[in-house]
Amino acid sequence: MKALVWHGKEDIRCDRVSDPEIQDSRDAIIKVTSCAICGSDLHLFHNFIPAMMPGDIMGHEAMGEVVEVGSAAKGKLKKGDRVVVPFTIFCGECDQCRRGNYSVCERSNRNKDLADKAFGHATAGLFGYTHLTGGYPGGQAEYLRVPFADATHIKVPDGIPDEKLLFLSDIFPTGWQAAAQCDIEPTDTVAIWGCGPVGQMAIRSAILLGAKQVVAIDCVPERLGMAEAGGAITINFMDESVIERLNELTGGKGPDKCIDCVGMESHVTMSLPDTIYDRGKQMLMMENDRPHVLREMIYVCRGAGVISIPGVYSGLVDKIPFGMAMNKGITFRTGQTHVKRWTDDLLRRIEEGQIDPSFVITHTVRLEDGPDMYKLFRDKQDDCIKVVLKP
Amino acid sequence: MFPLSNLVRAKGDPKILRSGPSSLTMADKLTRGLGWFSIGLGLTELLAPRKITRALGMRGMEPLVRAYGAREIAAGVMTLSTEKHLGLASRVAGDGLDIATLAVGLVRPGNRRRDNVALAIAMVVGVTVLDIAAARATKVAHGRNGAGDRRKFADRTGFPQGVEAARRIGTTARTAGSA
Repeated sequence: MKALVWHGKEDIRCDRVSDPEIQDSRDAIIKVTSCAICGSDLHLFHNFIPAMMPGDIMGHEAMGEVVEVGSAAKGKLKKGDRVVVPFTIFCGECDQCRRGNYSVCERSNRNKDLADKAFGHATAGLFGYTHLTGGYPGGQAEYLRVPFADATHIKVPDGIPDEKLLFLSDIFPTGWQAAAQCDIEPTDTVAIWGCGPVGQMAIRSAILLGAKQVVAIDCVPERLGMAEAGGAITINFMDESVIERLNELTGGKGPDKCIDCVGMESHVTMSLPDTIYDRGKQMLMMENDRPHVLREMIYVCRGAGVISIPGVYSGLVDKIPFGMAMNKGITFRTGQTHVKRWTDDLLRRIEEGQIDPSFVITHTVRLEDGPDMYKLFRDKQDDCIKVVLKP
Repeated sequence: MFPLSNLVRAKGDPKILRSGPSSLTMADKLTRGLGWFSIGLGLTELLAPRKITRALGMRGMEPLVRAYGAREIAAGVMTLSTEKHLGLASRVAGDGLDIATLAVGLVRPGNRRRDNVALAIAMVVGVTVLDIAAARATKVAHGRNGAGDRRKFADRTGFPQGVEAARRIGTTARTAGSA
């Protein structure tokens, strides 16, 4: 089969690889009908996430049709079922899964020993990601093996196009969780840093969850345009001070809830000294992440506010004003997405026409064009915001 | 070439059979080569400055050669990073400094290694051409195209019933939740 394969930093290739096989009785094989490139794939593309290995298949946003089912999964899945595959693999049976904390499933990470050392306690297995999260082959391929498939799937009805459903795999529940874990009140101003695909979903989620005012921060004009279309007030940080504008919009109090949809590779103006500091340290491998957004959120967030972090961070960050956070009584909510916790509700909202997540797609191409699309997406060329690949 | 990573794949996981074209452009490959060259040259200048000054008839300039070595390493690290355009810009600026410094050796009275200096200048000029070519190619390959003519996506609300209807859904849900 064809698959997009990681060969090293900035080196993705569409390779011919052997087909995946059932390895466990709970597995299923999916014929992928649509998959997408995620912003966090770019962290892998840039080799900022440790423990990647040449030959790893990329991709954790995929959906398709079940073509093979392991014996133990047959009660839940059958050939021909149409499914979206959550990017977090979960067993559905461990203590964390029973609590709904699917992204920290205690059984699905097959490199648990390595992950325990890196994270203290292992997180769930993820598709198409680092070997710290199991090193499972990803979904930017013609076929995908889904481990624990009897639990790790979202059955979707026929009659709704892939484009409306595909993002249930990651970015829609990720944006939703980011907003939901802010516990939004009707009087709240929610500020969202980053208007990439997850940021766009977080904006729509905050509106559907009843925020009084949503403010979106970025520097890419077309992304700000899309944020504005979704009902956000926008701030272009290249043109104005984020902190001054946020205080102005909130009567000097600061946003009640802040969401970081940027993560480890924040792009900020070179006039800010911490940008130069972080970039220098990251280049010399003395710091994993560039946490400018985190610092800014802690500074501007209203006292007793919530900072929600769906943006990916990989390791050590530096110069975080934690005293400021502690004294202001800020609550931090983080984590990979517990996809399955949200998808029943989100699928209902799609079916009812409350939201159509396909608005974010700017490019739909063949899988073979994937390597070029990584560059296009990274460089934000051709107004690219979200790429869907058709194997 | 047989991919070694196939050896450590789990049984049943896909293994590479045939590799396709890389996402790395020629500009990326040239830039990567220049980055490693920069680090190699920088280490040489840091560790063996005397051999360099002797070959160029410029004894007494070892501290400057060491400083240039540190500069080369910094530029190399930057060139290999995702900020390659900054690395290449700093390399071009460094090339200018190198040529100016070598020019001093060329006019130094009594320097019997002027032929070596001339050769070194020719080499630096050659590398400068490569640096400029890489910087330009990188800008073309990775720069944002069509600036000033961006799409606004004003129709991409994501809400089939409109933004106001979506706000009402949120408000209604909140009111129902607090009742």
